[in-house]
Amino acid sequence: MQTHEAKRVEITIEKVMERRLTDTMKSAGVSGWSVLPVLGGSGRTGEWSREGQISRGTGLVQVVCIIHPDKLDPLLEAIFAVVERHIGVICVSDCAVLRAERF
Amino acid sequence: MLDLAIDNLLSPIVLSFVLGLGAALARSDLSVPEAVAKGISLYLLFAIGFKGGAGVAAHGMEGRLIATILAGVILSFALPVLAFALLRGLSRMSRTDAAAVAGHYGSISIVTFVAATSLLADAGITSEGYMVAVAAAMEAPAILSALWIISRNTDSDSSMDSDLWREILLNGSIVLLLGSFMIGLATGEEGLERIASFIVSPFQGVLCLFLLDMGLIAGRGLREAGVLDRGAMIFGVVMPIVGATAGLLTGMVVGLSTGGVMLLMTLSASASYIAVPAAMRVAVPEANPSIYLTLSLAVTFPFNLTVGLPLYLAAAKLFTGG
Repeated sequence: MQTHEAKRVEITIEKVMERRLTDTMKSAGVSGWSVLPVLGGSGRTGEWSREGQISRGTGLVQVVCIIHPDKLDPLLEAIFAVVERHIGVICVSDCAVLRAERF
Repeated sequence: MLDLAIDNLLSPIVLSFVLGLGAALARSDLSVPEAVAKGISLYLLFAIGFKGGAGVAAHGMEGRLIATILAGVILSFALPVLAFALLRGLSRMSRTDAAAVAGHYGSISIVTFVAATSLLADAGITSEGYMVAVAAAMEAPAILSALWIISRNTDSDSSMDSDLWREILLNGSIVLLLGSFMIGLATGEEGLERIASFIVSPFQGVLCLFLLDMGLIAGRGLREAGVLDRGAMIFGVVMPIVGATAGLLTGMVVGLSTGGVMLLMTLSASASYIAVPAAMRVAVPEANPSIYLTLSLAVTFPFNLTVGLPLYLAAAKLFTGG
């Protein structure tokens, strides 16, 4: 079956920044993404878990989108402006999609 | 005073908190599922708001309501300035962290407020129903105060965009608290009677379960208390007393009842751990959340619940002659 090159961008970011990030992605021309809850993990400040996080200021989400390679640079510039001062990881990987016109 | 303190320590809500605290410190796997905790918190906010509104409907609106709300807003603006000065004197933490912490101590803990209303009910002391609206009004000004302190004392770029304003002013807790207050005000005692079996009778039991969860959270926070220096720990128990004193004086100037003064003291003594941390993460991401959350949740909240509340009640009774 014919596949097409695409880029998968995963942004792990603080939950309080989720709306700001997805608004920025929309402005950068991204039409679809998924938001996943992060249950816990470990980083520079040690281990953490979503369990017992009462404050709305804590917790992470992962926003995943798949885009046409041409859109990658403008998107990265736009989302870096949001993530720059905050906890966050941006990861880009190659992937293949079946219906290129959707991305 | 001693009897009051012992009664408070042996009350089901404090013992539930202690159970959670002990379980977390012993690293038990006891936990309250996130969705259950969220549901309980919605219940408590709805119940306390509704009962406050029904109380105002029963006793009528009074001019003191506006004066008390204004006094609460001024306290919320002023307390972070006091907290910042105290923290800079006691602790070696950075100015940005100190300002972020200060913002938490101008805002309020609604759970501490609920526990205070429960203590008043046990003591048979009534209070002004509109103190719920005062609690809602005191939540946000401290955030502005903290950002002002940061802009004057640090190089941090702390800014408020329109989204942050909306998130602060329309956060779910405030909307539910004020919304249920308005429903209680509109439906009055008759409305309260119709749903009393839901929001009055089970209230104490549900509060116990919520405080069990708060104990677990505080216990987990205490395990991270290494992020705090000794000065910060001292601040965590001194600042509530400073805030309560400011609340006592303000309550007496406004002319509140003994119960009202005690509740204003509690609001002034408590520290936020829900709304302010979210605002600080957005506006001042350089500030370390472990410091302000640990201080607020693991030091000040347990102090207020176990020692502070009976102390504030005794002081309110002493100074108002109640």
